[in-house]
Amino acid sequence: MKIAHSETTKLPLTYKLKRINYGLIILVTACCSIGFAMLYSAAGGDVEPWAQRHLVRYFVGLLAIIILGVINIRFLFKGAYIFYGVSLMLLVFVELAGEIGMGAQRWIDLGLIRLQPSELMKISVVIVLARYFHIRSYHEIGNPLHLAIPAFLILLPVALVIKQPDLGTAVMIALSGLVIFFIAGVRIWKFILLLLGGIALVPIIWQFLLEYQKKRILTFLSPETDPLGAGYHLMQSKIALGSGGLYGKGFMQGSQSHLNFLPEIQTDFIFTMLAEEFGLLGGLLVLLLFFLISCYGIILSFFMVSKFARLLTIGMTTTLFLYVFINTGMVMGLLPIVGVPLPFISYGGSALLTSMTAIGLIISCNVHRDVIISRFSDEEA
Amino acid sequence: MKQRKRQEFQKLISRRTAILGGVKFSLFAALAGRLYFLQIEEAEKYRTLSENNQFNFQVLPPVRGRILDRNGIPLATNKDNFRLEIVSEQTKDVAETIKMLQEIIKISPEAVERILTETKKKRSFVPVLVSENLSRKEVAKVAIQTPYLPGIKIDIGQTRYYPFRDLAVHLTGYVATISQSEKTGDPVLELPGFKIGKSGIEKSFDSKMRGRAAQRQVEVNAVGRIIRKLPGEEIQMGRDVKLTIDVSLQSFSTKRLAQGNSVYTPVDDPRIQRALSEGRNLPPGTDPVNGYVNIDYRGNVLAPESGAAVVMDAFNGEVLALASTPGFDPNSFSSGLTAADWENLLSNPRSPMTNKAVSGQYSPGSTFKMIVCLAALEAGVAHQETKVQCSGMIEFGDSRFHCWKKDGHGWLNMVGAIEQSCDVYFYELAKRVGIKRIGEMAARFGFGETFNFGLPGENRGLIPTPAWKRKTFGQAWHAGETLITSIGQGFILCTPLQLAVMTCRLVNGGRPVSPRLLQNENRKTLKTKSLQVNPQHLRTILKGMDKVVNGPQGTARKVVNRNMKFQFGGKSGSVQVKRISLDERESGKFKNKDRPWHERDHAMFVAFAPLKAPRYVASVVVEHGGGG
Repeated sequence: MKIAHSETTKLPLTYKLKRINYGLIILVTACCSIGFAMLYSAAGGDVEPWAQRHLVRYFVGLLAIIILGVINIRFLFKGAYIFYGVSLMLLVFVELAGEIGMGAQRWIDLGLIRLQPSELMKISVVIVLARYFHIRSYHEIGNPLHLAIPAFLILLPVALVIKQPDLGTAVMIALSGLVIFFIAGVRIWKFILLLLGGIALVPIIWQFLLEYQKKRILTFLSPETDPLGAGYHLMQSKIALGSGGLYGKGFMQGSQSHLNFLPEIQTDFIFTMLAEEFGLLGGLLVLLLFFLISCYGIILSFFMVSKFARLLTIGMTTTLFLYVFINTGMVMGLLPIVGVPLPFISYGGSALLTSMTAIGLIISCNVHRDVIISRFSDEEA
Repeated sequence: MKQRKRQEFQKLISRRTAILGGVKFSLFAALAGRLYFLQIEEAEKYRTLSENNQFNFQVLPPVRGRILDRNGIPLATNKDNFRLEIVSEQTKDVAETIKMLQEIIKISPEAVERILTETKKKRSFVPVLVSENLSRKEVAKVAIQTPYLPGIKIDIGQTRYYPFRDLAVHLTGYVATISQSEKTGDPVLELPGFKIGKSGIEKSFDSKMRGRAAQRQVEVNAVGRIIRKLPGEEIQMGRDVKLTIDVSLQSFSTKRLAQGNSVYTPVDDPRIQRALSEGRNLPPGTDPVNGYVNIDYRGNVLAPESGAAVVMDAFNGEVLALASTPGFDPNSFSSGLTAADWENLLSNPRSPMTNKAVSGQYSPGSTFKMIVCLAALEAGVAHQETKVQCSGMIEFGDSRFHCWKKDGHGWLNMVGAIEQSCDVYFYELAKRVGIKRIGEMAARFGFGETFNFGLPGENRGLIPTPAWKRKTFGQAWHAGETLITSIGQGFILCTPLQLAVMTCRLVNGGRPVSPRLLQNENRKTLKTKSLQVNPQHLRTILKGMDKVVNGPQGTARKVVNRNMKFQFGGKSGSVQVKRISLDERESGKFKNKDRPWHERDHAMFVAFAPLKAPRYVASVVVEHGGGG
């Protein structure tokens, strides 16, 4: 076993770079390459307007992964509440700007990319919860009062994001928060209680949903009722997938995708196009890549010393998993249509940034897996 | 202690992480399973749907072939139908454009409303009909103004047009929108508004005149806009149908038949005006045509006569005219018929929808007497000079059989009997020759036969036989019924067409001609096999028919006009519709004029001309016409 690192231990940079998980980076690179190819196809065989930028963002993201990977997680641990606070302020800011502007505004224009605070929040919420639970003992977690604060930390951004309205992101934030709760050791019966409460609340939440959100959920429940209305996208997506068959229609040959039967092929429905053009084999390959990324994160977490690192790794893995599951589940008709992109493959700066950050944080946790983070309290390791 | 707790806590986290990993794995498995289900299990279904999405069939309709008369004059043709359409994506404001258009042509407020709702409902590049059946003048006006009418398009469609309106309607038939049950799978039939032949030539030669539509696959995108046209088949235009009909003869026959003995009078005639002002509405079917009505000698407004006429070439069977009245205007079907008009057509007691020349079945009346003569002559039971005394009636069995002439004709030979249409003479012949041989002779001359010469709805008529009667009524044949049949009354039925065919075969020396309606049909050489009738016997019959018209006692001598440039022969007939009771016979109140229309006798006439070298024959039936 390696030496236990005290709080003051500084790892040399070369040591850190060696410990970066290049396997994970290769998996991400594979996904991004697929994304590049699909965006090229989506544009009808052109690197403009998407593929080229996607490539640039990949390199920027790669740099970010390396930088995040070598940043000491104690810095993340200390800054957790600040990140959370900044993300929350930005969320409130777009909310206000949205009211001044028109309709749903979800982003802040930074010139280079349009920053979606809700994407930042996906990361921040996990970091802040990881920190919160890190310093709580098993005994403390048993006390419901100690769960009120993290619950509030989740619900606040979720409420803001729902109001944007962005149901998909809200669900993702809530679910990744819940997963942290679960891993942190919250009693199972509390989850059951939450589940029952949630079911009871469904009719009330229903009231607050916007018309198009209700429609999408209803459509999900019975898509064939309105094939040219709200069920149209789902039906067309299933047609595209189904007509792809085992081997697909060939690169750039997806008739559904290229004849505008599918909306947003460069973002939400990119998996549909992929599976239409490359068939079941292509679809399974992509799912396999994401499965490997997930496994990677979970396996790494077992070797981490600090609870913070473990929770953060699981949280980030879960965030990525949720992206993939919600996106592919929605285009396959397993889930309602809620605009969630596919990490590394869909076009879009914010989502790519979030995904890359998640990978970067997982790597950072792994690089610093032997670092012990004190609970600031009396307790000695 | 704390150390132990911490380790337990670490184990809990690991356990929970493992559970989470398991959940994620099963969710991934679910995704993969779903993908497999969609792409392998249901692939076939979705592949079909995808192709339906991608490709639309476009059907380009062919132009329907025309119907021409023997001289190439069209009886049915196609007229350009100028239509205005609006494409909403090409104009800023549909309502504004329509308003501008309204200053040039008339558009009803209801139409405007329909256009506005349709443009909202349909996709923006789909043209919406604004107005159709525009005149050339209106089109020209709109064409000049098109720069100011964004989105308005002039489109030329085809409408079926019958220049002779109701005069040849039973020949041409009409076209109308296809009904669901008539669809055969020909894709052209699926086109909205596609019309097919519903009666007459339009129906029987529908597939020939329809042509073949070109089917073209077009690749469309999600909103239905055409991306690419794939090469497809070419349109095959419908072929023309050329008839043996002479349209001027056809027009004359129809008009003359409808007019009957009435006088064609303009509506503004004072007598008509008075009748109308007195609140006497015109009876059904008497609506003024082109401002004229028919009136009888008393000044009553009459409906057009109901009947049929056929003119044929006796040697090659060409049908020169085939009229049936009343008719209707087939153009009204092309432009759409109101439900009320349709109801009127169906409920009219004179059945304008029926082609009476081929479908109407009548007893032949005295026009059948030639067949009885011939049967007797051929059987050898009578000859030209067989004489019978007519006393006005004969007793046979328990019944009396009357001659139409109450006081009798006295002694008559065969030619005289035909001339005066003496019933008693034929009763006598019938007794000698018997029903079987009469029936056989009738069959040889076209009775009970359909000719399938191109018009739908041909009826067979009926040649009564003892066997037939037993089968139908379960009763034995009475000898008296043979007598009734011999004067063309009773069970026997024939169509005006069969009467014409009979006359043809009588005057052409016993050659079995059949009617022909198509001119470009392979001219079949006439069957050399004749009907095996002694020409001498036929000459006797024709002599009788000559006397009917030209003889001093002929029943039809009144129709001959001194100014006529040609001579003809013929035979009249009248068919009782209602049995004359003994009372009526004695009181003498059985004059046709005194009875209601539907109880009057049918009037028949068959004729041939020229007298010396017969070439053309005609048969005429006027329903309830009062008598030959």
